[in-house]
Amino acid sequence: MEYGRYLRGWAQQALPRLVLAPSFATIVLFVYGFIVFTAYLSFTNSRILPKFNLIGFENYEKLFGLRHWSTAIENLVIFGGLYIAICTAIGLTLAILLDQKIRAEGVLRPLYLYPMALSFIVTGTAWKWFLDPGIGLEQTLQSWGWASFEFDWIKNRQMAIYTIVIAAVWQTSGFVMAIFLAGLRGIDNEIIKAAQIDGASNLRLYARIIIPQLRPAFLSAFVVLAHMAIKSYDLVVALTGGGPGRATEMPATFMYSYTFTRNQMGIGAGSAVIMLMMIAAVIVPYLYAELREPRHGR
Amino acid sequence: MRLKSFLAAGVASAAMILAVGLAPSAQAAEEVEVLHWWTSGGEAAALNVLKEDLEGQGVTWQDMPVAGGGGSEAMTVLRARVTAGNPPTAVQMLGFDIQDWAAEGALADLNAVAANEGWDGVVPAALQRFAKYDGKWISAPVNVHSTNWVWANKAILDELGIAAPGTWDELVAALDAIQAAGYVAIAHGGQAWQEATIFDGVLMSTGGTEFYQQSMIDLDPAALGSDTMKTVFDRMATLRSYVDDNFSGRDWNLATAMVIEGKAGMQMMGDWAKGEFLNAGKQPGVDFVCFRHPGTQGMVTFNSDQFAMFAVGEEGRSAQEKLASAIMSPSFQSAFNVVKGSVPARTDVSDEAFDDCGKKGMKDLAEANANGTLYGSFAHGHASPASVKNAIYDVVTAHFNGEFDSATAVEELVNAVEAAM
Amino acid sequence: MAANPIETAVRTGRLTRALIYAALLVFAVYYLLPLFVMMVNSFKELDEIRGGNMLALPELVTLAPWIKAWNQAQIGVQPTGLAPYFLNSIKMVVPAVVISTLLGALNGYVLTKWRFRGDTLVFALMLFACFIPFQIVLIPMARVLGFLGIAGTTWGLVLVHVVYGLGFTTLFFRNYYAAFPTELVKAAQIDGASFLRIFYRILLPSSGPIIVVTVIWQFTNIWNDFLFGASFSDFDSQPMTVALNNLVSSSTGVKEYNVHFAGAILAAIPTLLVYIVAGRYFVRGLMAGAVKG
Repeated sequence: MEYGRYLRGWAQQALPRLVLAPSFATIVLFVYGFIVFTAYLSFTNSRILPKFNLIGFENYEKLFGLRHWSTAIENLVIFGGLYIAICTAIGLTLAILLDQKIRAEGVLRPLYLYPMALSFIVTGTAWKWFLDPGIGLEQTLQSWGWASFEFDWIKNRQMAIYTIVIAAVWQTSGFVMAIFLAGLRGIDNEIIKAAQIDGASNLRLYARIIIPQLRPAFLSAFVVLAHMAIKSYDLVVALTGGGPGRATEMPATFMYSYTFTRNQMGIGAGSAVIMLMMIAAVIVPYLYAELREPRHGR
Repeated sequence: MRLKSFLAAGVASAAMILAVGLAPSAQAAEEVEVLHWWTSGGEAAALNVLKEDLEGQGVTWQDMPVAGGGGSEAMTVLRARVTAGNPPTAVQMLGFDIQDWAAEGALADLNAVAANEGWDGVVPAALQRFAKYDGKWISAPVNVHSTNWVWANKAILDELGIAAPGTWDELVAALDAIQAAGYVAIAHGGQAWQEATIFDGVLMSTGGTEFYQQSMIDLDPAALGSDTMKTVFDRMATLRSYVDDNFSGRDWNLATAMVIEGKAGMQMMGDWAKGEFLNAGKQPGVDFVCFRHPGTQGMVTFNSDQFAMFAVGEEGRSAQEKLASAIMSPSFQSAFNVVKGSVPARTDVSDEAFDDCGKKGMKDLAEANANGTLYGSFAHGHASPASVKNAIYDVVTAHFNGEFDSATAVEELVNAVEAAM
Repeated sequence: MAANPIETAVRTGRLTRALIYAALLVFAVYYLLPLFVMMVNSFKELDEIRGGNMLALPELVTLAPWIKAWNQAQIGVQPTGLAPYFLNSIKMVVPAVVISTLLGALNGYVLTKWRFRGDTLVFALMLFACFIPFQIVLIPMARVLGFLGIAGTTWGLVLVHVVYGLGFTTLFFRNYYAAFPTELVKAAQIDGASFLRIFYRILLPSSGPIIVVTVIWQFTNIWNDFLFGASFSDFDSQPMTVALNNLVSSSTGVKEYNVHFAGAILAAIPTLLVYIVAGRYFVRGLMAGAVKG
């Protein structure tokens, strides 16, 4: 239905769009304009500052010839997959557990949420200590008498990427819990009661009736997690600095180092374009699925 | 919910902040804005000497510290500042970065003050290679760090009857003895730049200065792919066997602490490590000893912190020249470097205020300068541009962490350098 | 919003409840460990940290690291501590949060109650802004700020944070207002109420929960941002995170871990307070806004 016919005068009609216009215009310039700019740079031989003479696909050829770009992509797949899966699993479990009329909920919830509030600039140091076999968990448990305990993943080329998952899950899983908890609280209790009258067990109740209703929460969680995974930068820098060797390099650290440390801005821009394509591959289907239902007539 | 009052309060406080933010600040007659990453206790306090000196001349010092990543965060900030047309007056910078910015035409011309004070005569030529571009002085060097040092715990050396090793074989013998006695032989932090610092010393000692020049500075593919280079990597692998299992990702100062506490025999690290010993109350020559990387006696690989001066227009020039002149004054060079552990960037400064290691550093620098054995450190960006330096880092650190054997490392090295040019 | 949180109708037995509490506690330990490590070590002398167990309680409790981090530690050439940088951060965060929240509310209002052809596409394009990696906007943004003459000022930083927060704030408000009864808006229009009057009188008064969500989200993100704060600030507008980074990551010097941890906790106090105080509204707000499609 059109509201327009209720309105008097052209000004009132145009006002809503005029209100939206500045926000939209800034986003077109500051997001899409900058993306175009970056894409252009990826075809130039820019080094320390932007240059505008085109050199074709040379940067992309170099990029895909670099060993640690492929490492970075592999790591993103391993990290992203595990991070999203584990955060979702822990977030959902915690939300379901917290939803059982827990007395201490008011105390526990902020405990689960607070890691999001801290910047990794220093939390990284605490994690680095904790994971370090010489002073952290391994040493502590050994000194408490568990002599055979070993936990040296952060020093191990093959395993270091998993320690980043541990710290990343720590930071975000509480937030995912909040999203699921909100979803759970939004479910109509009448449906649950009806199922209970039918004699459904708790397990069945959750698997068949409650969790399927959390679809919007799953999607929100997925988007938040996917964009955090792709953007993960602070975390890697704070925990491993990309090491041991270059074993925990990620696309975001790769892009930063080529653009700003190695003075190869063209290659950095190329990696940014690839990153954006990866983001789009995740986000566009989501936006399409979320927004395609027509809402007119409300 | 009293939402309206909440919103009103928000808007009011925003307006107040707006008013404060836009209030005109009192303009000092002259001011310099300095971007640097010296934020830890001693060196920041030493820089404060410079600030007070300038303020005595009526120049206001506006401090813009950005630490992190050995200056890489500061370099990112600098790009944003220059792109915005708002460059700082002076920026702490290393080696090739200075030349790269000069090539962009972003730096000022300091020839007037340099000629006036005779910088050409007192600054070593190896430093001038970075401080001058196209015949013009563009930056003021503050110090010279030398990177081919070894720091050892004297008690451990004495206990095992080890003298400071002078050759590779003596070094290996010493390391064997230390390891056999149950200590960690080499305290090392597994970060790319630390591995590269050791690589500097090993390469210089294995191939000599000529090979260093050909491979690290001229980037000659023949030298990079030579058998000598393979020997260098073999020796790196040998050194790797004296490092404890837990080295990866360790900060350099924690490695130094292992030597200080008598857990480890020695550390191969630049002269800034001395500050850690002194801060822990240790005496040079008594509790710890410093010697050149075995086989590099008489040679010095250096890096030099400089303040590159950005083109800030006529009104900023006078203050900028005062800053440059204050940096180059012998009294500041002495005061700052005594604290920093480095040596002055001019050769005519008295060594009176320096300790044993500092005096030795100054003497070595002067000799290496006179003999032509003073070379820019590859590990610290004074041998090749940032892109090449990092490409070599990739190979050195991958090899040290066991990803490549020495033969593969040599091959990868040639390819990596070529790809980065 | 209902005054009482709606809780599940699922029933559980005694043993199950004991297991649930145990599991919740185990997770609480996992989340608390890093904060615990930071806390205990911030009260230790540096020597005790070097030699001792990182999980052990301090043998000798000292407040010196906290005092040092607050107003004595060397941040740049002067030993100012973190204190002066708090004001810079607040000057930046408050306007940025207020402006981006207000714009998000207006955008959400237009996108749900004043729909026009192509509005979904406009919204989708705005939403994608949430996902742009910040590293790539650094250089072009610097040029724009220089062009506008606000490079290196607090207002430049406010602009940057508003722009890159708009996607999220618009998302939150749009999803919240989508569930708001359109009949009320229509009735007001028939009565002749203007566009802004309807917003101010009808929608805003019931937007409490979603305002809390948006403010928390924006406050946390802007307060903790380092990259923009470092790149677009001047000597007199550097925010807290830049100072904290200067405190902890100086490359050649003694690392005073106790001071670092104390500084980190000090720097996080505003965000921690926001989470603890407003956390309950956060979940309620999310439930109302961000989760419903």
